Amino acid sequence: MIFKWFNKSKKEYPAFWMDYINSFKNVNKNSIEDTRFVAFDTETTGFDRKKDRILSIGAVSFVGKSIQVNNSLELYLQQEIFNPETVKIHGLMKKGSLEKVTELEAIKIFLDYIKNADLIAHHANFDKTMMNEMLSRNGLGKLKNRFIDTGYLFNKSKHIIYRENLKEHYTLDDLCNELNVPKVDRHTANGDALITAIVFLKILSRLDKRKNLEWDYLLKS
Amino acid sequence: MKNSIAERVGDFLKRYPPFNMLSNKTLLQIATEVTITYLEKGDTIFKKDDTWHNSFYIVRDGAINLYYNNGDTKDIMNIHDTGDLFGLRPLITKEPYKLTATANEESIVYEIPINIFQSVTDNNTKVQKYLITAFASNAFDPYTEEETGKIFVDYLPNTSQDMVNFQTANYTKSPITCSMESSLKEAAKKMSIHKIGCIVVVDDEKKPVGIITNSDIKNKIATGLFPIETPVTNIMSSPVITGKKGLTIADGQLQMIKRSIGHLCITKDGTVNSKLIGVLTHHDVLVNLGNNPTVILKEIKRAKRTKKLREARLKGSALLKSYIEQNIPITHIINVISQINDAVTIRAIELALKKMPTTPPVPFSWLALGSQGREEQLLFTDQDNALVFDDVPEEQYEETQTYFLKLAKLVTKSLNKIGFEYCEADMMASNPEWCKSLTEWKTQFTNWILKPDEKAVLLSSIFFDYNRVYGDKQLVDDLTDTIFTTLEKTTLFYRFLGRDAIKSPTPLGFFKQFLVEQNGEQKELFNIKNRALMPLIDAARLLILSKHIRDVNNTSERFEKLAELEPNNKELYESCSYAFKALSKFKTKQGLLGGNSGKFIDLETLTKEEKLKLRRCFKPIQKIQEILKIRFDLKNFM
Repeated sequence: MIFKWFNKSKKEYPAFWMDYINSFKNVNKNSIEDTRFVAFDTETTGFDRKKDRILSIGAVSFVGKSIQVNNSLELYLQQEIFNPETVKIHGLMKKGSLEKVTELEAIKIFLDYIKNADLIAHHANFDKTMMNEMLSRNGLGKLKNRFIDTGYLFNKSKHIIYRENLKEHYTLDDLCNELNVPKVDRHTANGDALITAIVFLKILSRLDKRKNLEWDYLLKS
Repeated sequence: MKNSIAERVGDFLKRYPPFNMLSNKTLLQIATEVTITYLEKGDTIFKKDDTWHNSFYIVRDGAINLYYNNGDTKDIMNIHDTGDLFGLRPLITKEPYKLTATANEESIVYEIPINIFQSVTDNNTKVQKYLITAFASNAFDPYTEEETGKIFVDYLPNTSQDMVNFQTANYTKSPITCSMESSLKEAAKKMSIHKIGCIVVVDDEKKPVGIITNSDIKNKIATGLFPIETPVTNIMSSPVITGKKGLTIADGQLQMIKRSIGHLCITKDGTVNSKLIGVLTHHDVLVNLGNNPTVILKEIKRAKRTKKLREARLKGSALLKSYIEQNIPITHIINVISQINDAVTIRAIELALKKMPTTPPVPFSWLALGSQGREEQLLFTDQDNALVFDDVPEEQYEETQTYFLKLAKLVTKSLNKIGFEYCEADMMASNPEWCKSLTEWKTQFTNWILKPDEKAVLLSSIFFDYNRVYGDKQLVDDLTDTIFTTLEKTTLFYRFLGRDAIKSPTPLGFFKQFLVEQNGEQKELFNIKNRALMPLIDAARLLILSKHIRDVNNTSERFEKLAELEPNNKELYESCSYAFKALSKFKTKQGLLGGNSGKFIDLETLTKEEKLKLRRCFKPIQKIQEILKIRFDLKNFM
């Protein structure tokens, strides 16, 4: 229990955070087929990491190619900060009829849901930053999970002859159009999470046709 | 807790039976328990003899093939599209699956857990009844009505041809009739109004008493045997030959051959003593059998939906198989299949045009590229295509291109449904790079020719074999003119093409053994396309371009044309043409055997004779590569 002692001397973390940290111990290196992935998406009040807040988190998890609907996550957060500008995108109002939780509760549920899974998000850096900001506001450390960015992965999956005129920034809508993913439920957090998961599986099957996939290839960004 | 995904899944399910018979609350309960599964083309959901799953399935996107596995042969029983249910057997009986389900294209299916579904729909008899009927019709879809009663009987015929033979014949319902008192003139008028070739004479109780066909009128009236005002009873053939409802195609055809007639009257009880309900013509039989190219082409031209086109194209595949078995000359087979492929593409474009809100703003042409452009596509392969539209003022360019991109997207999507896979490298008209105005295309080709690089050469093998499938001829002629004028300005481009054409060395190693793939999934397999066919295709293209010959796209025809132009190399060119045909046939046979493109050949499965035959085809490859080396001075250009 050296680990615990070491932490204690620095700072007292809540039990759920320790559970989360401990889930990374003794992790075997899995093949891609056996790995648990969690695709997630956040809706926020804006793009400023300091000022803006997460309004909802949606996530779906899967191993292999099947996603269970009843094992998805959809959280709506109580926030004091509110930006009328972004309401037209996500439709989340300050006082809506939705059941809402505090940031800390949201973190607790989210960490318990993701555990040590590999996380997938579209433009993952943004979601990662927003999550980490929220964690630090609540006195916790950073996310320990590995991240995969579908935007980056899509660029790589394009055929070599198109590489030179790739767009820098592919929106999730662009990807849906290119990959024939039905765009139902865009801009609800777990709708986008599901779309991100399907986009990931489709890109994976494209890549897989060309070479045996290696972890390094997916994770580099 | 709120679950938006479950709500959306419910919204989708609600559109299809039996889910549309359920309350929203029940639906949400089911939707919450659904598993969403993504499938790549060829992925299996369940196999014949697998133990039953705890779920049944509904197609969300794409298409799922259900086929019956009989030893080595696969008989496709049904292809399920969006909203169709499958894998219903465990709902009815806990027995292993009888059919295999695989993804016909990239698909998404919803798995619906049976225990949940049953617990919430238990008392709903309407739902139960629907599922039993759906199960019965899925499992026995192609068969006669007699079979539907026996849900658990496993009568499954052996070959797809049998399957068709035992289908219920589709006859013409509500046929055109006339009374016994009519004059022949009246009857003939009716026939001409309805554009039909025969009319049935019925009595007061609508029982058929006789039939008059075009040939009766020709033989008995036009020759002056009877006046035109004569009663129909003088002319008609009587009694009529009858059959009963639910008659199989095989039976119908047999009756016609036996009695040498072209029409069968279908009556209520199958005798002349009951009411007439339809007529089965010889043409109906042919359409049902579908093993005749003219009939398939007609069917394609009349198709109103992509699904019908896919069925017609599948019949084309069956036809191809029987042609190969019968050893019909490959050039003939190629012609027929190319015509079918072109017809399917044309029809897909016509259907897409109907879906567009407006007519095209300017003339355009749809180009087939690669193997379809060379008219040597035998099996389903990737689609390679492009679109060229007439020049428009600059300010209208974007709008015009957007229109054609939308059109192309519709076309490529339905071609994919029909069985032509999307091009992996996205060389399709739905890609803005390959959907351009005439001037843009001219610039593109000029650049490729005058500034050749690796990429240009890579693309040339596809784009220089284009063929107009649909649309304006002038546009394409104009483009071709430009290409040939530009080709006169340079020889560098030929050298690039030449280098590419000889890059894969002759397929035999030093000790005359076959060169097989060294790694990957196809290890130890012989790649007939890259190692044998491509060198011939590349050589033919290069030589024909350098001779400025246009409009000969087919590789074997190109070699024949070259033989004509260069009598001193006649023998070599002819042997190349022969080798190409033989290799194509080989690839097709292998493809049919393996249910794939036939690109990779497992040498172990070949007989000694086949190996010798293959080897003989390789000799001309070596020789033609020598010619290219000398003619385009490639020795110092490697």
